[in-house]
Amino acid sequence: MSALIAQTRMEIRLTMRRFEAVLITMVVPVILLIFLGLIGLAPEEYSRPVDFLLPSMLVLAVMSTGLVGLSIRTAYERSYGVLKRLGSTPLSRGNLLLAKINSVILVTLIQIVVLIGIAALGFGWRPEGNLLLAGIVLVIGTATFAGLGLLLAGILRAETTLAAANTIYIFLLLFGGIIWPAERLPGAVSVVSSLLPSSAFATALRDILSTGEAPVTPIIILSVWGIAGILIASRTFRWE
Amino acid sequence: MASINTTSQPVTANGHADQAHSPVQETVDIGSAAVSITDLHKRYGDLKAVDGLSFQIRPGEIFALLGPNGAGKTTTLEILEGYRSRDSGAVSVLGFDPQREATQLKPLIGVMLQSGGIYPTVTPFELLELLNSFYPNARQPAELLDLVGLTDSANTRYKQLSGGQQRRLALAAAIIGHPKLLFLDEPTSAMDPQARRVTWELIEAQQQQGTTIILTTHSMDEAERLADRVAIIDHGKLLTLEEPSALRRNGGSTVRFSGPDSIDPADLAGIPAASEIIAKGSGQFVIETDDPIALLDELTTWARQRGILLDDLRAGHETLEDVFLRLTGHQIRE
Repeated sequence: MSALIAQTRMEIRLTMRRFEAVLITMVVPVILLIFLGLIGLAPEEYSRPVDFLLPSMLVLAVMSTGLVGLSIRTAYERSYGVLKRLGSTPLSRGNLLLAKINSVILVTLIQIVVLIGIAALGFGWRPEGNLLLAGIVLVIGTATFAGLGLLLAGILRAETTLAAANTIYIFLLLFGGIIWPAERLPGAVSVVSSLLPSSAFATALRDILSTGEAPVTPIIILSVWGIAGILIASRTFRWE
Repeated sequence: MASINTTSQPVTANGHADQAHSPVQETVDIGSAAVSITDLHKRYGDLKAVDGLSFQIRPGEIFALLGPNGAGKTTTLEILEGYRSRDSGAVSVLGFDPQREATQLKPLIGVMLQSGGIYPTVTPFELLELLNSFYPNARQPAELLDLVGLTDSANTRYKQLSGGQQRRLALAAAIIGHPKLLFLDEPTSAMDPQARRVTWELIEAQQQQGTTIILTTHSMDEAERLADRVAIIDHGKLLTLEEPSALRRNGGSTVRFSGPDSIDPADLAGIPAASEIIAKGSGQFVIETDDPIALLDELTTWARQRGILLDDLRAGHETLEDVFLRLTGHQIRE
């Protein structure tokens, strides 16, 4: 078995063993989807709130697995000396980071299936737009947030990573175009918000799932965050 | 007149220190050495962690690196393992520069860290299965578990293993890739005497298969039992590098005994053949001498005159622990 596949399997196993973390990762977007769906919270241009809320919660799920889950897990692996130990083996840094990103993509896939199931069965959501493009953007977004999570874990101590990841999570949930669109936030906040990776990700998903067209600017913004995050993470990532 | 040392902490007298801290040099053909360090320097801010260290490790030997806490052992190991950069000096590990040629070096080494290094929620079998995929021609997990006596715990999570079991798993993980060079940082800490003997045999078996081994330890028994050569370092400098038996022979002769706590070391110092008195506390005394035969005679006379029973009276060379204490001024455990 190749080192990359073996390490990916290990990363998935490690994610699943932290069951309480997986549960929170799964449960928060699900609860929000059901709660906000029942209230019907969405800008007025959406005739069905679920068309706004499903992309929002997909982004939230990606963010909690990639940014929060991965960064905290990785930071604790460093404090247990596990990364140091792996650093003396032939496993390359690139393969370790890739294995982590792979595990996030696979766990996110499960969340996507659950969220789409609830949206379809509970709120009458039906697939429209371009599903292939939506899938591609989901992969780009997942890799982006995994890269940002690794970046955090690479530069901060374990306890600081935990606090920082959760703070960023709440901040992006509120001001990052997830619970409410960036363009509808007041004044300068709206400009800054639309440049955040979560806004770009959510906008791109909403457009693709409603019109089938891929919006260029948000995809570029998301990709820039992704490439920058992964590049800086792979440069600053320390084994110890 | 003999010098006296009566501090409750056993510390040797000053006379030895200057001589001991002069750097020791030895020359070996660098090309044939498994590890070669020349004039290595590493500092953290104002602290000189490694200060002009030079030594060679021969292929196939077990090399013990000893020193008090903070002596520079771990920094030296971490430079050799490729974890740390050096400020200056030349380092060659199996012919590679551990910093610039890490990719070539990593498949050839095995590392056992002083503690941790293993996922807490993973089982021994899962860990070894993972590491097995990293090395060409790696050993099989089941074979290794059997070797280190963890077959019955193969499916127990790491955090639920005992301290000794955790160390044995770390050792198994270190040898999975048939390393040419094995780094063991305090390999038998947290082990009971039985597990320790088994581990020593395992380490010796590695050596018989041609592996070069560098180990640090706080156990003099371990160094005497395993090491072909012992290096003692302190303040980032090499104090001595010899075979354990030669180290003890080079040291002076001593006479040691236990007696009542009330013995005044100044009184002992009046014995003509005594050159130094070390009061180790709890009535234990070590007398260094150039003439052990005369000293024994004079000491027993001295004791008879005072009606003192010399318990556990023993004459001979220094123990490795004495050598360590004399050279570094520290107990090996502190």
